[in-house]
Amino acid sequence: MAQPDILNLDQDYTQKYGFHDDIQPVFQTERGLTRRVVEEISHQKNEPKWMREFRLQAYEIFMSKPMPAWGPDLSRLDFDEIVYYIKPTDRQGRSWDEVPDEIKQTFDRLGIPEWERKFLAGVGAQYDSEVVYHNLAKQWEEKGVIFVDTDTAVREYPDLVKEYFGTVIPPNDNKFAALNSAVWSGGSFVYVPAGVHVDIPLQAYFRINAKNAGQFERTLIIAEEGAFVHYVEGCTAPVYAEEALHSAVVEIIVKRGARVRYTTIQNWSRDVYNLVTKRAVAYGDSVMEWVDGNIGSRVTQKYPSVYLMEPGARGEILSVAFAGDGQHQDTGGKLIFAAPHTTGRITSKSISKGTGRASYRGLVQVLEGAHHAKCNVECDALLLDEDAKTDTYPYIEVNEKQVTIGHEARVSKVSDEQIFYLQSRGLKKDEALTLIVSGFIEPLAKQLPMEYAVELNRLIELEMEGSVG
Amino acid sequence: MTEKTPLLEVRNLWVKLPDEEDAIIRGLNLTIYSGEVHALMGPNGSGKSTLAKVLSGHPGYEVTDGEVLFRGENILELEPDDRARMGLFLAFQYPMEVPGVTIANFLRLAYQRRFDTEVKYTEFYKILLQHLKKLEMDASFAGRPVNEGFSGGEKKRFEIVQLSLLEPVLSVLDETDSGLDIDALKIVSNGVNGMRSPERSFLVITHYQRILNYITPDYVHVMVEGRIVRSGGPELALQLEEKGYDWVRSELAGATAP
Repeated sequence: MAQPDILNLDQDYTQKYGFHDDIQPVFQTERGLTRRVVEEISHQKNEPKWMREFRLQAYEIFMSKPMPAWGPDLSRLDFDEIVYYIKPTDRQGRSWDEVPDEIKQTFDRLGIPEWERKFLAGVGAQYDSEVVYHNLAKQWEEKGVIFVDTDTAVREYPDLVKEYFGTVIPPNDNKFAALNSAVWSGGSFVYVPAGVHVDIPLQAYFRINAKNAGQFERTLIIAEEGAFVHYVEGCTAPVYAEEALHSAVVEIIVKRGARVRYTTIQNWSRDVYNLVTKRAVAYGDSVMEWVDGNIGSRVTQKYPSVYLMEPGARGEILSVAFAGDGQHQDTGGKLIFAAPHTTGRITSKSISKGTGRASYRGLVQVLEGAHHAKCNVECDALLLDEDAKTDTYPYIEVNEKQVTIGHEARVSKVSDEQIFYLQSRGLKKDEALTLIVSGFIEPLAKQLPMEYAVELNRLIELEMEGSVG
Repeated sequence: MTEKTPLLEVRNLWVKLPDEEDAIIRGLNLTIYSGEVHALMGPNGSGKSTLAKVLSGHPGYEVTDGEVLFRGENILELEPDDRARMGLFLAFQYPMEVPGVTIANFLRLAYQRRFDTEVKYTEFYKILLQHLKKLEMDASFAGRPVNEGFSGGEKKRFEIVQLSLLEPVLSVLDETDSGLDIDALKIVSNGVNGMRSPERSFLVITHYQRILNYITPDYVHVMVEGRIVRSGGPELALQLEEKGYDWVRSELAGATAP
């Protein structure tokens, strides 16, 4: 079904990100998902038997699990219409020159090679199902850091992959984790040896180009003891007004004393269903931070999680969602306190505009024995219009006595008085509104590397444009 | 009287809230020329603050009759920001908090709009510091979120920082004196007095005479029940202080009694 109204709302998105390339993929599976499609993907990748079996098992789990009924409306998502694997090219570049021209142009337009030169330790770029470019600066390679696409990792680092793959998020975790496990392709594999601090970010950029495409990247990050890494991902897609599906799985292992920060600026076009499972396990005195910004997509369901496994582990989840017309952002986080003296915090900020709906959904679970766990949850929702909606679903399960749990939720509307105040100083009405919104998300922007903060602010400005009649 | 046009001319202004029948401002007339300082006094609920908001273009009120001419132009149809860019400024009685937005970011934008110019952040920062200093506010305020966590006095002083920065030709001070201790009142008054010039006018709205000890008005008006019932020189403020608003009310009742 064409949705011209959604297109109109997104004129700027259409110009900036909504273009698509007419490339002829070298291979793609038929529409819909069957056992044969799963086998075909594994065959194309020339995978070891264990992975092929992992996929097929996951496929059975996917088929047997019902669609989740507790969240947003997914009724328009038709699994039979999706193309599950699209291989755009035969080669992968380690320099941008090796990337096929049409594809390289896309990433040029998105500014990725420029960003890499300026402030990144490494970049991966995925186009539909395959990673077309991957590179890590030499100094990090020399220190033993591994940053490759996950398919390459299966071939080149089979022992490491086998040890961790699917251990944090098993295929039977949920229907979409099962789907990803069956048809996964691409994503990043990051390994940081003990004590190594990768002090500038690694970035992955995910681009869906084909119509009705499904993108199912699989990312696995292992930070050995005392290591540090900041991984950033961005994503966009053309505007087709036909459903596309992005369903990733991200598993992270944070060993003792290590720190991992994972930042997402999700800006899918408004025909993408974004159903992602992200989870980290954090060991003694380690820190896991999720910074999760959701701006695009039609529906997003994503609750980055941290399992705090040993004393001193800390989990931080900062979630920011922007729900514009017709969008439903169902986001939040989960913290599982599985050891004593563990701490965590979930901060959620959402903005709903037009007919957009932002839901906070979170779980705080304190297992028996996790005494002296400390947790704080703070949800702030900002409503810009009368029709805009917000709701919160905070689940708290505590099975231990000596714990400290705080939960605060606030809903605010942009008040006419605030806008009047700013306007009375000469700001136009939409400038005033944008300023208020940028102030509201400032806690997120503050956490981002400067370039990303600028990008985020720019995206918000785009979303706010034309918001005043 | 010179033949120049008034800076502000309010003619037979009637204002009400959209959902209510009774008007708050009932046929108000007021003329201010360049360089003049007018004080508008009156009891609570007389419509003083409503007038301030209507002059600035607050969307919550309905003007049912009358005109407001500013620099010769009827501004009632203009957005608040258009009026601000023309040089109208309202120092708020209750300044709004804008969480997460720093004073420097906010005022740089305001400055650029007011003077229709682009100014680099570093350059603007220097300008802002001068104005903060004038109102004896610490430089660190530049990086603080607008009005968030400010004391009542700091909020009022910050209003005058903005006034000083944006160089309006007409400043409406809406009960800027309320909640100020004597030291802060002096600082604020000095800020305003430093801005006085033949090109600039002020409308000082106040409940009490106190601020007028520091900002000497050329004219004093008394507003009761939505209109100006008495105008005079500075001595009128002193009379009011002495006799209270009941004096005006009773005179008014006497005058209008059948």
